[in-house]
Amino acid sequence: MYDAPTPETRLTQNTLKITARGVQVYYGDKQALKDVNVDILDNTVTAFIGPSGCGKSTFLRCLNRMNDTVASARVEGEIMLDGENIYDKRVDPVQLRAKVGMVFQKPNPFPKSIYDNVSYGPKIHGLTRSKAELDQVVEDSLRKAALWNEVKDRLNEAGTGLSGGQQQRLCIARAIATSPEVLLMDEPCSALDPIATAQVEELIDELRASFSVVIVTHSMQQAARVSQKTAFFHLGSLVEYGDTSHIFTNPSDPRTESYITGRIG
Amino acid sequence: MTDATSANVPTSAPAPHKSSLLTQTALMKKRNAAESRFKAYGIAAITLSLSVLAIMLWTIFSDGVSAFKQATFSFPVTLDAEKLDPRGNRERDEMMRVTTIGYTNLLNQQLVAYLADRGISTEGVSDKDIAAFISRDTPARLRDMVLANPDILGQTIQFEGFATGRIDGYLKGRVTRDTAERDTNISVAQLDLADRMISEGILSASFNWSFLTAPDASDQRPEAAGLGVALIGSAYMMFLVVIMVLPLGVAASIYLEEFAPKNRWTDLIEVNISNLAAVPSIVYGILGLAIFINFAKFPQSSPLVGALVLTLMTLPTIIIATRAAIRAVPPSIRDAALGVGASKMQTVFHHVLPLAAPGILTGTILGLASALGETAPLLLIGMVAFVANYPAGPLDGGMLDPATALPVQVYSWASRSDPAFIERSAGAIIVLLAFLVVMNIVAILLRRKFERRW
Ligand SMILES: Nc1ncnc2c1ncn2[C@@H]1O[C@H](COP(=O)(O)OP(=O)(O)OP(=O)(O)O)[C@@H](O)[C@H]1O
Ligand SMILES: [Mg+2]
Repeated sequence: MYDAPTPETRLTQNTLKITARGVQVYYGDKQALKDVNVDILDNTVTAFIGPSGCGKSTFLRCLNRMNDTVASARVEGEIMLDGENIYDKRVDPVQLRAKVGMVFQKPNPFPKSIYDNVSYGPKIHGLTRSKAELDQVVEDSLRKAALWNEVKDRLNEAGTGLSGGQQQRLCIARAIATSPEVLLMDEPCSALDPIATAQVEELIDELRASFSVVIVTHSMQQAARVSQKTAFFHLGSLVEYGDTSHIFTNPSDPRTESYITGRIG
Repeated sequence: MTDATSANVPTSAPAPHKSSLLTQTALMKKRNAAESRFKAYGIAAITLSLSVLAIMLWTIFSDGVSAFKQATFSFPVTLDAEKLDPRGNRERDEMMRVTTIGYTNLLNQQLVAYLADRGISTEGVSDKDIAAFISRDTPARLRDMVLANPDILGQTIQFEGFATGRIDGYLKGRVTRDTAERDTNISVAQLDLADRMISEGILSASFNWSFLTAPDASDQRPEAAGLGVALIGSAYMMFLVVIMVLPLGVAASIYLEEFAPKNRWTDLIEVNISNLAAVPSIVYGILGLAIFINFAKFPQSSPLVGALVLTLMTLPTIIIATRAAIRAVPPSIRDAALGVGASKMQTVFHHVLPLAAPGILTGTILGLASALGETAPLLLIGMVAFVANYPAGPLDGGMLDPATALPVQVYSWASRSDPAFIERSAGAIIVLLAFLVVMNIVAILLRRKFERRW
């Protein structure tokens, strides 16, 4: 099922960022993920697609150990980030999450000001030394998230007072303010209008220059537009993984084909 | 109904419709009727509870407001140095030999003489009955005044003192000529004399600060009894309860909600906390007696022991309220914080607690309010004792001195026989209610401040 990195990807010299081997996830007795093996490259957008409930979010949440917060969840197998197993006992998930940022499906800004939302991460990680530097980080992050022009005059107003799409871009700004190495996005555009979606997609493409981006999406078009690699999940298994162009034009598994042509889902 | 007619009788209406929106269907009527009934029940329930509250407040206030007034008389007293300092050396120790009886006699004689002087008829009232106008508390006050400042001996001062409870009651309308006829402690002739003294300006009723400041007084001197010790005791206890119960309750709740694993032990703890919240308060009194007084040997009747008992009693309530407030914070906020790499502790203190603060505050104030009004456990640890001395200041170990508390004072006055104490008891309830109102206002203001949600 799992495709080894193809010669072309090696040619672009994208190094391996994350390697997952034999990942199994259980919620209590129920198995949600079965033996997932995947290699995620640096400076690449990887899309996870698949029908609802197939385990995309579950796998995404394994990558920054957010599943630790679910009492019933149990993760087996190993996930290496830059060659280090993130499920090693010595790894502090808090430190991991500073490196692997996350944008959630529903916009969840803190009930604080826009400025405080974005500056929170840099503050707790001690990334800046002065107020001016912090201001700069906030501005840069908001600019990257295509939100700066809309909020630059009201940074002290509530983040929760923005529209849904603006909130989601604020959450993206918040995630990139800590300059993570990997950015996980769980259906980041599900609450956005087409214009905001286009902006976020453009942003994702730009982010690729500095991060490895993993995005879960229900939109085939979006996956095709933004990603270089696509993984298709079905009923807790990784069915097919490979270059996006390849998956969408010439899927090797019949289930992938039926899904992208809209016959299962 | 419209269904039936339009189905059976073909009409010439342009578009055939099954039901009109302009008439209500039978089902809709039923639903609307149910809704109106429900609203009426609600209004009835609120009206009932409000009127019961109004009746309660009305009785308390009509009984208790008079406790804040006090009949006092005022007349010139010549402080006869011969009698009050027989040796004439102004030595405090020597002057202490003159007991209150000496002062009582002096006051009695001077009042009788003064009335005669002013030409006020004392017909039908013996000198002894005139003396009975003066509260037993008053000579002691005069004595304290003289001992504190011996220089006034020999001078004539305008002395103000309490009238006895019956005269006090007459000025406030509690004692009337009808009741006086049946009362061995007061006669109609005395009341007539009181009327004359009022019109001469010797006797008058004025605001009674000493009701708020004076300590309790014995059964014979209801007019002198005040809430001073009870107020200090209650204030000390509330202070101690807040500083003990808030950190304990909030820490316990945060641990249980955010950090504790969910297993059989935490389930057991949870069930027990709920059970403790339902334990009758007197049981906490017995516990306090056994642990804090008999075992730990803390002083009886002290605000410290009272506060410890009340802390134990309110802790479960506060934990339950705080946990509910913490649980009400949306999990997406926690995810957001953890997602940017905040530690659990940072998540809780930066995001969860500020959002839960209004709820925690409400729970705490409710807990404190019930602690403020709690009587039963305090009876068991001896706070019902008659305490005539003020506890020391908070930094001088005052929390270990004997004291009473407002609700206990209400209880002990209400159980005395003199109706003047019933009036004071109602007055104490008013003070207690005022305390509660102040606490609630503070809570609302704090809530507003914290609730400035984004
Ligand atoms: N906290 C949880 N407790 C128990 N089961 C869960 C939990 N979260 C997810 N699951 C189960 O795990 C499976 C995978 O869920 P997951 O959220 O990963 O699906 P998904 O692919 O993200 O779906 P969607 O596209 O609808 O978001 C589902 O069957 C779901 O019921
Ligand atoms: Mg999902």
